[in-house]
Amino acid sequence: MSRRVAGVGLIVLLAAAVAPVLPAYPLTLLTQAFIVAILAMSLDVLLGYTGLPSLGHAAYFGVAAYAVAILATERQAGFATCLVVGIVAAAVTAAAFGLIAIRAAGTYFLMITLALGMVVWGLAFRWVSLTKGDNGISGVPRPELGLPWSLWGPLPFFYFSLVTAVLAWVLMGLLVVSPFGMSLKGIRESESRMRILGYNVWLHKYLSFVISGTFAGLAGVLWAYYNGFVSPVDVQLVTSVETLLMVALGGPGTLAGPAVGAALIVFLKNFVSVYTKRWLLILGAVYIGVILFAPRGLAGAFRGQRH
Amino acid sequence: MTRRALVLLTLAALLTGLGAALSAPSAARAQAGPIKVGLLAPLTGAASALGRDMVNGTELYLDEIGRQVAGRKIELIIEDTEGNTQTALTKARKLVDQDRVHILTGGLLASTGYALHPFVDAQKIPTTYPVMSSDDLTQRKPAKWVVRTGWNSSQSMHVLGDWIYKNTKYRKIATIGADYAFGWESVGGFQKTFEENGGQIIQKIWAPLNTNDFSPFLAQVKRDADAVFAVFFGKLALQFVKQYEDAGLKARVPLLSNGTTVDESVLPQMGDEALGTISALHYSAALDNPVNQKFAKAFEAKAGKVPSYYAETCYTNARWIVEAIKAVGGKVEDRETFLAALRKVDLKDFPRGPVKIDAWGNPVQNIYIRKVEKVSGKLQNTVVATFPAVSQFWKYNPEEFLKMPLYTRDYPPCKYC
Amino acid sequence: MTAEFWIIQTFNGLSYGALLFLLASGLSLIFGVMRIVNLAHGSYFMLGGYVGLSVVWRTGSFAAAVLVGALAIALIGIAMERLFLRRLSGQVLGQVLMTIGFALIFQDAALLIWGGDPYTIPVPGPLRGVLRAGALSFPTYRAFIVVVAAVVATLLWLALDRTRVGARIRAAVDDAEMAQGVGINVPLLSLAVFALGAFLAAMGGVIGGAFLGVYPGADFEVLPYAFVVVIVGGLGSLPGAMVGSLLVGLLDNFGKALFPELSYFTLFAPMALILALRPTGLFGRA
Repeated sequence: MSRRVAGVGLIVLLAAAVAPVLPAYPLTLLTQAFIVAILAMSLDVLLGYTGLPSLGHAAYFGVAAYAVAILATERQAGFATCLVVGIVAAAVTAAAFGLIAIRAAGTYFLMITLALGMVVWGLAFRWVSLTKGDNGISGVPRPELGLPWSLWGPLPFFYFSLVTAVLAWVLMGLLVVSPFGMSLKGIRESESRMRILGYNVWLHKYLSFVISGTFAGLAGVLWAYYNGFVSPVDVQLVTSVETLLMVALGGPGTLAGPAVGAALIVFLKNFVSVYTKRWLLILGAVYIGVILFAPRGLAGAFRGQRH
Repeated sequence: MTRRALVLLTLAALLTGLGAALSAPSAARAQAGPIKVGLLAPLTGAASALGRDMVNGTELYLDEIGRQVAGRKIELIIEDTEGNTQTALTKARKLVDQDRVHILTGGLLASTGYALHPFVDAQKIPTTYPVMSSDDLTQRKPAKWVVRTGWNSSQSMHVLGDWIYKNTKYRKIATIGADYAFGWESVGGFQKTFEENGGQIIQKIWAPLNTNDFSPFLAQVKRDADAVFAVFFGKLALQFVKQYEDAGLKARVPLLSNGTTVDESVLPQMGDEALGTISALHYSAALDNPVNQKFAKAFEAKAGKVPSYYAETCYTNARWIVEAIKAVGGKVEDRETFLAALRKVDLKDFPRGPVKIDAWGNPVQNIYIRKVEKVSGKLQNTVVATFPAVSQFWKYNPEEFLKMPLYTRDYPPCKYC
Repeated sequence: MTAEFWIIQTFNGLSYGALLFLLASGLSLIFGVMRIVNLAHGSYFMLGGYVGLSVVWRTGSFAAAVLVGALAIALIGIAMERLFLRRLSGQVLGQVLMTIGFALIFQDAALLIWGGDPYTIPVPGPLRGVLRAGALSFPTYRAFIVVVAAVVATLLWLALDRTRVGARIRAAVDDAEMAQGVGINVPLLSLAVFALGAFLAAMGGVIGGAFLGVYPGADFEVLPYAFVVVIVGGLGSLPGAMVGSLLVGLLDNFGKALFPELSYFTLFAPMALILALRPTGLFGRA
């Protein structure tokens, strides 16, 4: 654990140190990577630590992003309002969906979360008077934090995202090593045993679901500010699927792994597409290769090597 | 140091290293080097066929001039937007920050246009929009650094609404359109001039962009409609026109449409169901001026298909950029001057006809009323009427026009529904 | 709202549901026997349409297109199951992710081979036109889809209910381990079911391609519908797939016609409700 902390610390310090000398484009990609890392880590709480694979995680991410976009453009709401409402909206959505989804397990859970994610997508796509439908909401202004640096600049916004991601990582890290997190792992390993030991399994899973959705909401808030634009693309199935891939690629149950997985996918997509139109083909092959040859993700593969 | 930490460290180094590598050659070689043109186009995803037309059109012109102008080479850098705005924004940043393009162009969706506006104005990067047609991009929310070389959604629809009233007996028309900005603005423009003449729009139906079965919408079309006016594009257009006939409507109610519904990007894949459809656009592949004949032939040789408006507009856009580069003697680094030159291009011999730019950055150009006909076994948009030098404001006073709200789902309101 | 409106919309909903049945019945069976969430199932639909299109261009025969399209994709399904998915048997997540990888590859391969232009598959003369009943008119082709789906449903039902193979499949749906225990060759059965699922989806793709069109993006457009059908009907249940498809077809159709702003909500929300009351779907068993 402590080694992993050291590893993450090094990555973060390194990123923070090179950021000022990086040109604008790699910097925006790095920013994107840190934001998406929060999303991937949030799914890891659910998948890696509780054993519940969700195919609808973009829903909470998207609900928060939409809340920010609507408040910031139509109500000119400030950062604090947007942040709180965005995260609460994600949490409430997760709390409602959790009631339905937690009853199922395994494959059923996958399908139900997929379908629930589609409910949010359907609203984003068709509730035109609120969401502007497929046009999306553009012109979301970057927040004013009362700091000496304007977040309109790529560098300050990068640090803003980095700090938020680190904060999210610390909070989720504390959660998974807490007694609560330990019992989540217990549930992942054997639900029946935990039940016999007197744990309220349903409640644990439910809380994990809501917490996971809440952190996805945090990522959504940043995402809305980062792009200045929100559309149904942010809540579509493919976004949920990609998040799941990030976790699987990085290695579920490690937090840092999915974060690295997120960064890798962000860079892979933007890199490969520069050199070839056929980048989807390559991405698909990479996914299949990872699943075949490193079924526990990169983190798992490296851990395996050590033994 | 453990292996894992090492691995993570390597990864981190790799990522940032990649970042540094990305930053690539820089501004140092400015003036002498090639002029870089950054093109955003959807190369993957549902709109990839349109993206290919955009690329082919652009390359066709650049190849004609040997990719060289005013003593400098032209380097075209194409980036895939996947047909979504989030990706388009990232790629625009890449083109401007890393490739240091001198001019940014392309884009497909209206939302991409609106999202790019603040970016290009902040970066002060000369930009042209050959395809993105949302009205407000050059009306209520223009950007200083953007010149539109394509068209705007309601431009040709103002003409069509007027022409239909004056040249047909249709007085009550039902509309059905794709439920997003492009559909709203096209229907709005048509409704405004058609109703000002005395016609009535008796129904407005909106179909979501991911519709594939139109029957729930077709079943609603009112019985007393003299004609149906449709606004779709790409596969939606293909499905709609076909299902319109399948539902038995074509035989009863004639079909009118905007330009994209029967554009050459989908027309060759249509059958006889498209015959007789009347539409309006600033282009038709069947235009019989010599420049267009030559262009259409060259495009077919390159791409193996009839040029669509996407192809023509990107061909014209490429020429537009090149003319502006000529006008500044290749000194594109002086961005203000280059931008001014882009706005000043005024030529008579584009495939679509003469084009110049108005004070808001939108083209003033011919609008053609077209009818789908079969000529030697192939469907084409035969031009039946030409309206020269149509502005985005039609015959209205621009200041008065801009006081009106943007055309939306509910504006103009449907008085006769 | 006239009676005519209701009749025509009901017919449209039913015929759309019929097409969904072709797509979803295979998904449901695959799911029942193998517990695989196959995100490449929509790709079979799309690829089937493309292969069918090529066959029509070459031979001009619609029947050949349906047959060749369905068979070709069944082969792809067999290869996918035998060479890749089987290695991950029992790993729910790994299998899902792998099918995603395939979906991306199929998407790009289709773009590479057929380009991005949308097409429709031409149908034979007798299937064009409209059937008229009094003042009402129904597209002939939609009636044809209903008939095809009814025939397929009957055949599937007979096969599942009246044959030995069917009995084995049902046994495997109920409990794969137990079935293996009593001497049923579950891996072979799985392969057959997977191939059948791909076959049906591709057949739906060719038949659907004639009125929905064949275009890039069709894969992920139909996929959620197939999932909703399976979730509502119950995993691995043929009657569930039938009822689910018709329900989804009707809900989708009336949702779009009556509540356009909430149309997808009217589709997905009842599904969530059914799940809340019966987590295994209408006909599914835990």
